[in-house]
Amino acid sequence: MHLSLALVDYVLLLVYFVFVLGIGFALKRTTTSSDEFFMSGRSIPAWITGLAFISANLGAQEVMGMGASGAKYGMMTSHFYWIGAIPAMVFVGIFMMPFYYGSKARSVPEYLKMRFDEKTRGLNALSFAAMTIFSSGASMYGMGVMMKDLLGWNFTFSVTVSALVILAYIGLGGLTSAIYNEVLQFFLIVFGLAPLVFIGLRLVGGWDGLTEKLAQHSTMNNFAPGAWTESWKHLGTAQSNPMGVEGFGLVMGLGFVLSFGYWCTDFLVVQRAMAANSMSAARRTPLIAAIPKMFFPFLVILPGMIAIALSHMGTGFHLPLKPDGSTNYDSTVPMLLKEFLPSGLLGLGMTALVASFMSGMAGNVTAFNTVWTYDIYQSYIRPGQKDAHYLQMGRMATVVGLILSIGAAYVVSAFNNIMDMLQLVFAFVNAPLFATFLMGMFWKRATGHGAFFGLLGGTTGAAIHHALTKPVGADSIIKGGYIAVMHTYPSEMAQGFWTAIFSFGSCMFVTTVVSLLTKQQKTDEELKGLVHSLTPRPREEVAFHKQPALLAIIVLVMTLILNLVFF
Amino acid sequence: MKLDIRIPIGGMFLVDGLILMGYGLFGHPDLARTQGTNINLLWGAAMALFGGTMLTFAILARKKVGSTGGPSH
Repeated sequence: MHLSLALVDYVLLLVYFVFVLGIGFALKRTTTSSDEFFMSGRSIPAWITGLAFISANLGAQEVMGMGASGAKYGMMTSHFYWIGAIPAMVFVGIFMMPFYYGSKARSVPEYLKMRFDEKTRGLNALSFAAMTIFSSGASMYGMGVMMKDLLGWNFTFSVTVSALVILAYIGLGGLTSAIYNEVLQFFLIVFGLAPLVFIGLRLVGGWDGLTEKLAQHSTMNNFAPGAWTESWKHLGTAQSNPMGVEGFGLVMGLGFVLSFGYWCTDFLVVQRAMAANSMSAARRTPLIAAIPKMFFPFLVILPGMIAIALSHMGTGFHLPLKPDGSTNYDSTVPMLLKEFLPSGLLGLGMTALVASFMSGMAGNVTAFNTVWTYDIYQSYIRPGQKDAHYLQMGRMATVVGLILSIGAAYVVSAFNNIMDMLQLVFAFVNAPLFATFLMGMFWKRATGHGAFFGLLGGTTGAAIHHALTKPVGADSIIKGGYIAVMHTYPSEMAQGFWTAIFSFGSCMFVTTVVSLLTKQQKTDEELKGLVHSLTPRPREEVAFHKQPALLAIIVLVMTLILNLVFF
Repeated sequence: MKLDIRIPIGGMFLVDGLILMGYGLFGHPDLARTQGTNINLLWGAAMALFGGTMLTFAILARKKVGSTGGPSH
């Protein structure tokens, strides 16, 4: 399905590239220290870090993936936002940011060193660096494939051009450049996708028309009529909803372990908040981000639902099939763009997708160069150098990071299953992290040995759970059950949620036991500002309307209302 | 002083908006696809308005700093 772009579409794409590079060049002058390069000199206002905070996470995989899930699972996909993101974003802003920002740590691994010890930091820094390279490579691969499928562009050409553009703007302007481009991308996504939703909804006859057509789709698939348009009603058993998950697994696995693990500990997003210009701005960053985040389902999930409704209207529209005859949900968003947007808006939509691929890569690259330079290079390889040396290293790390990402993109394209496998490994490594942070921040007795072995224990717990269970209809060894099959989950998603729950539990258990058996190496004085009970409450004189707590309450109430409306 | 982010964002949306408006007016609007709405023209106008507003705020903020003789670093 090749798209034919008109001249105007290419012009819009070009304008985007010109502005992106322009931002890099304009920021070059003020990017003169490592502090500026890696942390934006802690000088960015909250609204900008807030938009960058969600935008860094809003890669194209997210936009396309959520559109696909909207088609596959319907309104239930909103759980990834209203349960799977907002509560964790409120938590990190209110409870965790005082320690991240207040400790003056320059990265998440550095916080781990201050709170626990060197080996815990090393473990986290290495696994995080590897993960960012592969995420950035996956973004690159995704973009190369999209450009090839939609426009017939050469894979190597797309990958190389995107890497060079990112190299230019990050190399010149560092984190500030990445953040500015993320904010630009945020607005592009909103303006690029909104017309699609508008046109689509008009075609299916508004929300009522959509409900009616999706009810038909639900009953055809042997679910209750509301299964595609209601988010909570069908969670009683895993068999009664298209996602194949039940309420407890969803709330605990996705809503608690996975979502808090990501939003509260992943340096990629936390780095944005750490660049804010004050403690209150850092705390408000995720809260400000939560407001557009809660409305994203209407922008990214709704198109998928609309696509399904349209395919039941006899207009000739249907999602394409994969070679094996199953529906190719991944092409939902590009398919809709192609069918329903005229030239002009089509170019804008394409530009929005390209922008989200680019910032997906750039976000990972900035997180990588910071962790590499501060947590690996400065800590283990060449400590005690002049600042200019580390700034230079940061620029070099950007080049190396991009070369490695290109390598990763080719590895991903050469092996079918490698991305699934890596995601699995990272899930094992990441799942226990939140438990470690939770214990580190709220239990002063947790020790370095406890944290380190807790992390290893959590990863082992996840791997064992995965090795002993499998989802229904698993056709490959990567899906689990390689030791024995003790339990069969109704869906891969349910298995993933429970793997996370087991991992969190075993990390917590091992951390507690090992901490109680070992001596706390840090004095109370050293832990001040790092542990809740030893930190004086942040007293900052900010105007009433800028209080994080007030904003948090507004965010939670709005999210509750959205959940009730689409219950 | 660091680049004001509203300048590139405002600038880009203003340019994009004007291009879309121009295309809606003089290009091939392809109205059949959008049931008669000239969506390029309308959406272009919305984007240009958004971009223009951002730019205006950026310029006003700059003037304010200039006239009070505030820190220019």
